[in-house]
Amino acid sequence: MAVDAATGRTGGASATVHGSPRPDGADGAPSSDPDLRWVGRRVQRVEDPYLLAGRGVFLDDLEPRGTLHVAFVRATVAAAAISSVDVSPALSVPGVVAAFTSGDFGDIGLTAVLERPEFAVTEMPALARDRVRHVGEPVAVVVATSPYAAEDGTEAVLVDYDETPPVVGIDAALADGAPLVHAGVPGNLLLDVSLSFGDDIDACIESAAHVVEVEVSTGRITALPIEGRAFLAEFDERAARIVLHSSTQVPHLVRTGVAQALGLDESSVRVVVPDVGGGFGQKCVVAREELVAAALCRKLRRPVKWVEDRREGLTSGFQSREQRFALRGAFDVDGTLLAVEADICCDIGAYSCFPFSCGVEVLMAANELPGPYRLRRYRVRSRGVATNKVPIAPYRGVSRPQAVLAIERLMDVAAARIGIGPVEIRERNLVGDDEFPYRNVVGACYDAGSYREALATCAEALGYRRGEDPSRSPRPGGPLVGMGFACFVEPTAYGTASFGARKMSIVPGYEQATVRMDASGSVVVMVGTLSHGQGHATTYAQIVADHLGVELDRVRLVQGDTTAVPHGWGTFASRSLVAAGGALAKASDELAEQLRRIAGHVLEGTPADIELAHGRAYVRGTPTVGVAVGELARVAHHAANTLPPDLGRGLEVIARFDPEGTYSNATHGAVVEVDPETGSVAIRRYVVVEDCGVMVNPMIVDGQVSGGIVQGIGSALFEELVYDENGQPLSGSLMDYMVPTATDVPVIEIHHLETPTDRTPTGAKGMGEGGAIGAPAAILNAVNDALRGRGSVTRTPIRPSDVMTAIAVHDGSGRGAPMAVPTTDEGAT
Amino acid sequence: MKPPVFDYRRAASAEEAVGLLAELGDEAKLLAGGQSLVPMMNFRLARPTALVDIGRLDELRFVRNERGTLVVGALARHTDLEHPSDPHVLDGFSVLGRAARQIGHYVIRQSGTFGGSLAHADPAAEWCMVALLLDAEVGLLGPRGRRVVTAGDFFKGFLDTDLAPDEMLVDVRLSGAFPHAGFQEFARRHGDFAVVAAAAALSLEGDVVREARVVLGGVGGAAVRSAEAEDALRGREASPAAFAAAGEAAAGAIDPPADLQGTPAYRRQLASVLVRRALTEAVADGR
Repeated sequence: MAVDAATGRTGGASATVHGSPRPDGADGAPSSDPDLRWVGRRVQRVEDPYLLAGRGVFLDDLEPRGTLHVAFVRATVAAAAISSVDVSPALSVPGVVAAFTSGDFGDIGLTAVLERPEFAVTEMPALARDRVRHVGEPVAVVVATSPYAAEDGTEAVLVDYDETPPVVGIDAALADGAPLVHAGVPGNLLLDVSLSFGDDIDACIESAAHVVEVEVSTGRITALPIEGRAFLAEFDERAARIVLHSSTQVPHLVRTGVAQALGLDESSVRVVVPDVGGGFGQKCVVAREELVAAALCRKLRRPVKWVEDRREGLTSGFQSREQRFALRGAFDVDGTLLAVEADICCDIGAYSCFPFSCGVEVLMAANELPGPYRLRRYRVRSRGVATNKVPIAPYRGVSRPQAVLAIERLMDVAAARIGIGPVEIRERNLVGDDEFPYRNVVGACYDAGSYREALATCAEALGYRRGEDPSRSPRPGGPLVGMGFACFVEPTAYGTASFGARKMSIVPGYEQATVRMDASGSVVVMVGTLSHGQGHATTYAQIVADHLGVELDRVRLVQGDTTAVPHGWGTFASRSLVAAGGALAKASDELAEQLRRIAGHVLEGTPADIELAHGRAYVRGTPTVGVAVGELARVAHHAANTLPPDLGRGLEVIARFDPEGTYSNATHGAVVEVDPETGSVAIRRYVVVEDCGVMVNPMIVDGQVSGGIVQGIGSALFEELVYDENGQPLSGSLMDYMVPTATDVPVIEIHHLETPTDRTPTGAKGMGEGGAIGAPAAILNAVNDALRGRGSVTRTPIRPSDVMTAIAVHDGSGRGAPMAVPTTDEGAT
Repeated sequence: MKPPVFDYRRAASAEEAVGLLAELGDEAKLLAGGQSLVPMMNFRLARPTALVDIGRLDELRFVRNERGTLVVGALARHTDLEHPSDPHVLDGFSVLGRAARQIGHYVIRQSGTFGGSLAHADPAAEWCMVALLLDAEVGLLGPRGRRVVTAGDFFKGFLDTDLAPDEMLVDVRLSGAFPHAGFQEFARRHGDFAVVAAAAALSLEGDVVREARVVLGGVGGAAVRSAEAEDALRGREASPAAFAAAGEAAAGAIDPPADLQGTPAYRRQLASVLVRRALTEAVADGR
């Protein structure tokens, strides 16, 4: 669907193809044209019919005979020595079968390691031992015949805490003499990285025409998948191994984490994944609760199940994004960015998540701040600060939404100072089309993108230059109206080289894919990625079907069973379509070559002249001379005696792909209305122009972009996990933790640019996170544009009370007196 | 988020419900639509030993207009006032329809009840504010029979009412003395509990305010009438200036709490704006 040129408000999408033209079967219907391919079509998701009919099987749908239910006793205080735990009263609660503390499992835990001197190694115990470090930390576990009885049992467990002062925020944690979250980690600094790129940074800043300082901060939020975390562990006596059914994004990483924690061979743990109701990163790490479930099933020899409830999800599930950025940017007289100095602090909570560690936020914030801009001098200090809060884990975009918020705020403040517009200052600094591949200031090498065209298209769609958008002329007495932009580059599909550079002791990055054709010509693909909403059963099939010349419905996906699929790293970091898709393209290419050779033998032709399309192999140019692919498959399996010895005898290929990394880009633009009497913010228009290279399925790309933007709107305006000064969480239900609802989300106008990458076999770049990355910055900039001359906001979520505080601070009226005086940017007003 | 063990009984009449309450003791609770009680039980914030289910007492699910007095049965659902089956039943009371639309979400409005909302007495509840606004007479049934209390006497404070543990709210009568009414609330998202809500009702002689009711929600222990705002309006011309002054008077007289949604000062700002907007809406209502 093309965007209506007059209004741009269809909510559909337009596409501009860069490079060689590609046939466009946009209606999703198969065509008789042999040149038409599945890749690029808006194919309906093969997953949807059964999911929409309620026939999905999620973890809580599994209930083997004799299943016991698990509930955790969780810390009620943020920091304390545990003087005693007595689980025995729980044993007399009706329905309770057993109850345990850490020592009953040999004090198991998870230890994430970065092999770099600035990193402090700490262990996250599965169950607390002598100390608790955050409210919600699991302290003991109760096993019962129902989830009700298990929760009753947790109320009977007696825990004596000897409370110590908690550290609840970045400033408190960094203060002289602050209490230590971990006795062995001085200054509460789990990671403290200082990096410098380029020469003479100080001199450059000193002599610059304009030096602009900004501070932004972002509230703590959580991914909030519709299906919370959930695990079912059973012991397979015949295979003598644990079978852990896990609602996870990373089955093999879970296997590694559980095996390491329990001291087992990886072959003694089988991880199986049913349908998963979202993850967004929260499920790409290993949970304490799944270690306990695995240990319990071994101990009890009965299936045990734990399904996180929403209160647990909000108060003890992994969190993210609580960060603070102070930036100093030097600009020359016309707005060219010369140097950036940044000080970044990430409140990472009490522990390092496994296997990525707290460095996932700290390092990404530091390394990716420069974004899509030409910048040759950059100095950054980035710290991961331990506090008595729930640990962080990656969440869609990880540190990029915050880093983009910081640099995009810098751009707007600088533009206002210099006296140019927000689009003009970005145009002057974006990497140009003729500069790719572009090695950026920290050494990352960007493949070709469309940074400037994305900005120009977005500005055009919003009527920026024409100034003719009616929403730009506020009615007298009506709301204040503002427009804001955010430009960013999204590094996707890190390979082993990128992850290795972080110095992780476990280095993810490659993928393997097996493509197997059976005797009837059906195809099964087996991968280590884990689709949990991304539609891989559709997009992977599109890639494979094109290579093998078969119809889409002949290709099935197998994932989520460590005994059935090759080793792989799972689905996170916008990697699956690139990494597994790349491996699939290579494997199916090789399988296609085998089919052509068999066809050459059967048809007595030359394999190089054989075309595979629409389920047939035929001699190019002579479609009537051909054979069904299914017949080739039959011969390969059931009549292999008729083939030369090096042909047939099964049809199966495994291939590997280790991506070097590829870079998507986008510009987001928002128009907002601010009610100056209540402080409420309403988004009136939202335009995104994105470029993720070849779109295997543009409809799924649209879905990813839209979903990410909705989450970005949540972090920009609504969501925050608030803790009080004692470290008690105040956002323990969905009444207090506000996610956007349908009425809070505008029509999202998506425009696609398409610059294929030469770094992947498919030409596709990753794109799972971009929506969430751009939205907070675009919205914050739009709100500040609306408030121009009346104050500014520098923290997300932008609550209505914050807007009123900003106005009050600015005009000194005392109206809406501040809860805490916000930082006001130099030059912001 | 699983409730502790509780006993469950279903009543076939209001009298039986009251009898069961007496039999089961002070820790028994009535279950109507369950939109507040059940979540509180799942969080283990409420731990009744027994529930007496009155949700199927259809004889208490009604909305009637009796010669200018609106009578609402305790088990009328929110949706019965948002989308009344008789379009004229809310003649003179259209503010109830506007208030109903602010309550929760679709599913909540299908199940939640008018009487349950009053008995729960959340400080931001729309129906508690409307009851105060329109001088409600609240009908209660207990083992000693029926009694009627005014809304002003019914609400005691935060989640606190005049209901005895063995009494049941059965119906509510709303006065038709105020033909013009407005209801405004401010929430972060549609359907959330209001940060602050304001309701206003007027009787006019020409353009002059003869009598006024101004009620605020979300600003303290219970929904409250603002005598200060009402005094500021009485006898004055119904004008933007008078409405703004009433808003200022209302805001100046309250001592609202601080929480995640805002400071006391922010709530006063909202109160001032919302009272003014509710009065503006009221003047346009019924004309």
